[in-house]
Amino acid sequence: MIRYTYLRLAWFVPTLFVIITLSFFLMRVVPGSPLATEENLPAAIRANLMAAYHLDRPLWEQYLRYMGNILRGDFGPSFQYNDYTVTELIWLGFPASMQIGGIAILAASVIGVMLGTVAALRQNSWLDHSIMAGAMTGITIPNFVMAPLLTLLFAVVLGWLPAGGWGRGAWANKVLPIVALALPQIAYIARLTRGSMIEVLRSNHVRTARAKGMPETIVVARHAVRGAMLPVVSYLGPAIAGIVTGSVVIERIFGLPGIGRYFVEGALNRDYTLVMGVVIFYAVIIIVMNLIVDLLYAVLDPKVRLG
Amino acid sequence: MTTIFRRGLTRALMAATFATVLAGSAAAQTVLNRGNGAEPQTLDPQRATGVPESNILRDLFETLTTNAVDGKTVPGAAESWTFSGDGLTLTFRMRADGKWSNADPVTAEDFVFAFRRLVDPQTASRFAWLAKPIVNADAITKGQKPVDQLGVSAPDARTLVVRLESPTPYIVDALKHNAFAPVHRPTLQQHGQQFTRPGNLVTNGAYRLTEWVPQSHVRLEKNANFHDAAGVRIPTVMHFPTVDRAQEVTRYRAGELDWTYELPVDQIQPLAQSMKDHFSNELYFGTYYLTLQVQKAPYSDPRVRAALAMAIDRKTIVEQITRGGEIPAYSWVPPGANDGAVAYDLQVADFKDWPMQRRVAEARKLIADAGFTARNPLKVEFLFNTNDTHRRIGIGLASMWEEAFGNGVVQTELRNVEWQVYLDSTARGEFGMARAGWIGATFPDASYFLEKFKGDAGEANTSKWANPEYDRLLEAAMREPNPQKRQDMMEQAEQVMLKDMPIIPIYHYTRARLIRPTLTGWVRNPQDVAPSRYMVFK
Repeated sequence: MIRYTYLRLAWFVPTLFVIITLSFFLMRVVPGSPLATEENLPAAIRANLMAAYHLDRPLWEQYLRYMGNILRGDFGPSFQYNDYTVTELIWLGFPASMQIGGIAILAASVIGVMLGTVAALRQNSWLDHSIMAGAMTGITIPNFVMAPLLTLLFAVVLGWLPAGGWGRGAWANKVLPIVALALPQIAYIARLTRGSMIEVLRSNHVRTARAKGMPETIVVARHAVRGAMLPVVSYLGPAIAGIVTGSVVIERIFGLPGIGRYFVEGALNRDYTLVMGVVIFYAVIIIVMNLIVDLLYAVLDPKVRLG
Repeated sequence: MTTIFRRGLTRALMAATFATVLAGSAAAQTVLNRGNGAEPQTLDPQRATGVPESNILRDLFETLTTNAVDGKTVPGAAESWTFSGDGLTLTFRMRADGKWSNADPVTAEDFVFAFRRLVDPQTASRFAWLAKPIVNADAITKGQKPVDQLGVSAPDARTLVVRLESPTPYIVDALKHNAFAPVHRPTLQQHGQQFTRPGNLVTNGAYRLTEWVPQSHVRLEKNANFHDAAGVRIPTVMHFPTVDRAQEVTRYRAGELDWTYELPVDQIQPLAQSMKDHFSNELYFGTYYLTLQVQKAPYSDPRVRAALAMAIDRKTIVEQITRGGEIPAYSWVPPGANDGAVAYDLQVADFKDWPMQRRVAEARKLIADAGFTARNPLKVEFLFNTNDTHRRIGIGLASMWEEAFGNGVVQTELRNVEWQVYLDSTARGEFGMARAGWIGATFPDASYFLEKFKGDAGEANTSKWANPEYDRLLEAAMREPNPQKRQDMMEQAEQVMLKDMPIIPIYHYTRARLIRPTLTGWVRNPQDVAPSRYMVFK
């Protein structure tokens, strides 16, 4: 397993290199420019701007310059947010995204697995039906509908929680975004858990355990849950990477200082450096998460042997 | 300047409801929470371009001339100014008590430094063109002359002399723009581009920067060294980025904002009714229009352009589609233009007052003359950036033209692209007809609009229209020392344009927002200028 881990880590650099190169050239192929504006931009001023950002150099030179800077840990200045470097923007925004996303996914995993297990154990009962109906609702109501509904109820009507803003990281400001982010995840994880749990409960090793006269709680806790977790774990890997790097919808609606919006806004504004920065950041996290998932697989499923 | 909706005088039930929300936070009396649209891209006065940045910079810096509560131009860092007889030299007398937030005196030299920084190619300011009326500014920006050749000098600490290329009466208004704000030289030299960070930024305005959390807020505290610090009543101002308009309204309703940046289009009418005492709508100095590729057929035919323009029922567009109290537009320069002293008379297309029937009859004749029939239909393209209002306007135009010309004589194709692709297509002229908007929030001089369609305006002239008469009139106006004659020439130029219709004006913008009824000390104006320094909570 250690050898496997090393091998995977060795792939890390070439994978990143390919991702960076592809994104760099893809960004440049798309029509539009980070300097495009509706304002009257005289040619001389445009030329000054192009020179300031080295956009007047040949593409290969820009690419080499960018790669050289990355090696030194410099992601360059953002085109859109002039006063901050891309590195600063990511480090300033990541804590907020990670807190909101991390807590949401943690809560979603615990609650989702619990609900899914209960539904599977009471398959086709009223409990199962109501949990699954709730889950279906959670999946079908999108974030951008759920979030305004939550704020309307808890901030405007009841006045218990703030409608938006970061409030220097106060807990009250985090509750609604976390709930809005966790709800669809709970629903999805509950459905995943229920499905795989039902399958595992019918499998031979569970039947054997029951035949040995083992109490049902131990059958479920020791033998079934472990197997049923496999699809959930493989879902959680990319899901965690996606969620801790911020949700554009949630951050926009609640006005949170995370990095989620940088993906979309950066791309829409052709902010080359910002997009590249978040792509690299996201790529690193997702590569690490996928590695962790594979390692966890080996722990959860004795049939999987790595190395 | 028309105030479309005046603030209600009576405080109705709504106010009482919100008073209870406010009662929970006594802080609302000393903290002003402003919704401010987008996250500021920079707080560097010479580099900032957008409205959200201007709103913050207006609180932080004081320019030579500044805004009164109603947006009128009044003395700022300079206590007075005089034009020379030929209108080519402008001399400012600086205030004696002007101080930076670190107690250093504000001198004429600070402004010389800032103005040079604005035009310096190294700064790569997008607003360097604003300085164009100043001697040598253009050549310096183009890298043809050194920065110290700029026509700005400080004979002594309290005298600033600005030399102009040609008489430019509106320069006194233009100097209110944040691009002309002073910067504290030692801080800039010490911190480089990080000089705008809280703790580093030294300002000379009513407020100083104490916190800036990107995508969360900008916090300003009263600047005790400001010359009118005693007149600044609200000690803390928060500027929040509010990109989601619907959520901005929710935050307002929850009592977290006292002033919204704008309102979602579909909520303007309902909010005007349900929150009367909070609702404010004002004409915004801008025009929503169609730009037509006049060098491409069929748009190269002036009859086609005139017919399309005549057959649009603008009243229906503003009443049924945009529904924000906008004004139907028959002119390119919006109402209320002036150079600070002399008003620019509103110019309108000659069909403005014709009844719709006559307009349609005339338009049909023009289209028939141009040779378009049901067999040989006129195919037009409407390019717009992804946005529901633009899409609905496109559908509205298509159906108005179909109704006016009938039998598929005019066939409209809607082409929807993403914002950046839209900017790219319009700059390159890769479109037939496109929606566009132009807002002159910088200063209300008509030249800001008219110069956009000069033959040599480059990419800004999206219609690629070039009319020698128009260009001649504008150039003459720019050299004209008599302000009244200057306005007359610009008015004639607009008439030339409206006859030829390289653009089709649709409506003049408005800006609607919610404002806490307990907040006073503001007067809505077409420049949408509302400095926090005059505001006070009752």
